[in-house]
Amino acid sequence: MSFNSHLDTLYRQVIMDHYKNPRNRGVLEGEHVDINMNNPTCGDRIHLTLKVEDGKIVDAKFEGEGCSISMSSASMMTEAIKGKTIEEALKLSTIFSDMMQGKDYDDSIDLGDIEALQGVSKFPARIKCATLAWKAMEKGLHEQQG
Amino acid sequence: MNVKELRQLFPILDQKVNGKPLVYLDSAATSQKPLPVIEAIDNYYRQYNSNVHRGVHTLGTKATDAYEGAREKVRRFIGAASMEEIIFTRGTTTAINLVAASYGRANVRPGDEIVITYMEHHSNIIPWQQVAKQTGATLKYIPLQPDGTIRLEDVEQTVTPNTKIVAVTHVSNVLGTINPVKEIAQIAHKNGAVVVVDGAQSTPHMKVNVQELDCDFYAFSGHKMCGPTGIGVLYGKKRLLDQMEPVEFGGEMIDFVGLYESTWKELPWKFEGGTPIIAGAIGLGAAIDFLEQVGLDHIAEHEHRLAQYALEQLATIDGLTIYGPKERAGLVTFNIDGVHPHDVATVLDAEGIAVRAGHHCAQPLMKWLNVTATARASFYLYNTEEEIDALVSALKKTKEYFSYVF
Repeated sequence: MSFNSHLDTLYRQVIMDHYKNPRNRGVLEGEHVDINMNNPTCGDRIHLTLKVEDGKIVDAKFEGEGCSISMSSASMMTEAIKGKTIEEALKLSTIFSDMMQGKDYDDSIDLGDIEALQGVSKFPARIKCATLAWKAMEKGLHEQQG
Repeated sequence: MNVKELRQLFPILDQKVNGKPLVYLDSAATSQKPLPVIEAIDNYYRQYNSNVHRGVHTLGTKATDAYEGAREKVRRFIGAASMEEIIFTRGTTTAINLVAASYGRANVRPGDEIVITYMEHHSNIIPWQQVAKQTGATLKYIPLQPDGTIRLEDVEQTVTPNTKIVAVTHVSNVLGTINPVKEIAQIAHKNGAVVVVDGAQSTPHMKVNVQELDCDFYAFSGHKMCGPTGIGVLYGKKRLLDQMEPVEFGGEMIDFVGLYESTWKELPWKFEGGTPIIAGAIGLGAAIDFLEQVGLDHIAEHEHRLAQYALEQLATIDGLTIYGPKERAGLVTFNIDGVHPHDVATVLDAEGIAVRAGHHCAQPLMKWLNVTATARASFYLYNTEEEIDALVSALKKTKEYFSYVF
């Protein structure tokens, strides 16, 4: 049942699945990179923890509060970067940022579920919701790189 | 009050958003502007744009008359004793900051207290946090009742002879609570404190008389009362303003400038450094004319009816929580179980309905409510019961939509 097809481009099934069943929810223990970030204009917040070994992200968890877009994006992001090198994760972040701004983006990499967030670019007021977790990830990795 | 006719004066309301007729329910953020206000600003720029208070030429005189004429309109509108007590500012935030930076820093000492409430907008919290930090004073909060109101007993308990400033909002921008400002002022005065009132959400919607309230300072914004952005007002009792130092220095506010010393103009101009907000003040003056023509009592009555109707209708939606008391100003803040307010606002927007979602610049209040964000529908003289019906029907769809996608 749908009453508005414009909305369906935003609230894709896979986004709602990540919102309802977030992957990698929680906080890592032991040595890890710890990032807190919030969106002061709307109150969304994310606490992201990353375990980086030999330049590779071996684990990632997040907790936080926010709308379906921000929380599903965080869930997808943690799934996507696990097992990737810092460079690969940052590259993915650039692709995601381009996608959000409606720019042409590098489509040589399989984005998996993340592709479902493409519709957010049509909702300018919601782009910051989607990018919050990614900004946190970038900040953490830049800190890690020194 | 004929709302259909009034709406004709607001050209912006006659449009479609996302293919649906616009339902503007965000006037607590900023109101729409009627033609007389748009035209007054347009006329100023087209016909007599000029700087004020210095030109000997004709246009300068016309601009000065219009600017000072707007000040007289404000004085009458809020029942101030004299025009010297009306200072034009950029808005409520600047007005409260002026009181904090000038009166606050000069009169608050270590060990003194500043008292505010949990329902303040950030602009009536942070200036006082800063004054408390800079002076070594303590910032205290008057607690709220579960329905979001304040009990005078609690005001009596919180305000002590050490209290120098009591800063309180007249109407909460989240809860719609109308605070007993007059009684709070009495308690403050009994303890030797001054009272600063944030009138951003009251002045546009109800008759305000600063002398009747006996508040020492009263701040409000033009853009929430049919006027333009960038203009606001600080009312202050002359006795207090006289002893206060300006916080901005430069042109327009000086009497005599020497090499090492200068003196200030008399009130109110000593607080209006730089070329003032001329078009803004003229626009605000036109807004006041408009509101007085419609009648503040009619506006208040209309909004009360809308708020009560909205409360009744929203109560029919299962899983919808309403925050704040039953007797309230013209706004309703709510949440739908399981749907984040941003998602609510996006779905409503797709239906052409504009509401605010977020923390409403009131994070301490959000914490008190134990929520991170809420959605808010706020009403003004141009809103109708049909628009509330549209809101309720769209909220029901929102619930269905999210239960489906889940």
